[in-house]
Amino acid sequence: MEVKVLGSGCANCRNTVALVESVAAERGVAIRLVKVEDMRDIAALGVMSTPGVVIDGRVVHAGGVPSRQKVLAWFGGPEG
Amino acid sequence: MDAAIRHPRLFVPAAALAWLALYALLESASEALVAALPVDRASRLGSALQFFLYDAPKVLLLLTGVVFAMGIVNSYFTPERTRALLAGRSEGASNVLAACLGIVTPFCSCSAVPLFIGFVQAGVPLGVTFSFLIAAPMVNEVALALLLALFGWKVALLYLGLGLAVAVAAGWTIGRLGMERHLEDWVRDLPRASAGACPDGMTPADRVRAGLASVREIVGRVWPYVVAGIAVGAGIHGYAPEAFLAGVLGKDAWWSVPLAVVVGVPLYANAAGIIPVVEALLAKGAALGTVLAFMMSVIALSLPELVILRKVLKPRLIATFVAVVASGILLVGSVFNALL
Repeated sequence: MEVKVLGSGCANCRNTVALVESVAAERGVAIRLVKVEDMRDIAALGVMSTPGVVIDGRVVHAGGVPSRQKVLAWFGGPEG
Repeated sequence: MDAAIRHPRLFVPAAALAWLALYALLESASEALVAALPVDRASRLGSALQFFLYDAPKVLLLLTGVVFAMGIVNSYFTPERTRALLAGRSEGASNVLAACLGIVTPFCSCSAVPLFIGFVQAGVPLGVTFSFLIAAPMVNEVALALLLALFGWKVALLYLGLGLAVAVAAGWTIGRLGMERHLEDWVRDLPRASAGACPDGMTPADRVRAGLASVREIVGRVWPYVVAGIAVGAGIHGYAPEAFLAGVLGKDAWWSVPLAVVVGVPLYANAAGIIPVVEALLAKGAALGTVLAFMMSVIALSLPELVILRKVLKPRLIATFVAVVASGILLVGSVFNALL
């Protein structure tokens, strides 16, 4: 699956990238991680608060570092 | 902990009680701590230590309380919901609404550009967008908590009111100037977006978790600045020459407010580090209007934020933004000094 992390490269964005990478590796899910840093591209995806996460073209998260549970749920983990 | 959070009706009052008990114990605890140290309580060092040992935990405790409460309030507001509230309104009353929403909507300055674009795309007027963007960083929970801890609730309320006034007036002025053509071309050419917002489906327990998460994030990030700021403040209390500061920053010096704004605008510090220093300056005879103007210009206008906004605004609009906000702050500080 393709995971896009949207953000200008601030600390929260880097933390989000690291979290997504570690959870995907832990669950053994193969992902293609793309960092979207250009403001036009972020705006075109309709995200207003960064960091945002887009999986296979669908916005699944916006605003702040997502919780570990939330990321686990994206990669087929137990919810909650 | 998580089991307790599942019952927010019990957890929140219990946490509030524990907080109050800690707060009530602070003064005697700091006295006892100093008494246990091999320092004379009446000496200069002794009183400075007592000041530090009382003030630092007090400020951190208040900060934790306010950030937790704000984290819960924030969970009711998302940028999407705020945008839906503001879209399609005309300027005027909606500048006031935008400034107020700027306080309660969670906002990180690194999101300023996508947020700006999102607002403009959904038809939020430019001046209203600016009222939001000015209020959001200026009136933040860290600044309010520190003002509350070090100056008392009257000054905190005053800062809140004046910050809102500057955001409303500056946004309204920018709207009147008709600067839409000074947005970067690609921003103007973006397709219009509808401003929908779906309900977030958060439970009360989720909101308590959001409050705790913002305590971890914000207090975890700013506490070293608070402690350093209070240490510097304690130094100023002890050693800065009073007559000199009162002469330069006192209310009888007409240049004090312009000087405070000129020095404050390029300075980039967070509220946490600057307010304890400001408190010490005030105690040494600087005028309150001057000190508030200094704080507002440090927090509301900063070089990194302008660099970020340059991506969507042409230089002329950036310059107008800085000039209008700085004039507003200047006016507030001068009027304040003249009236008090």
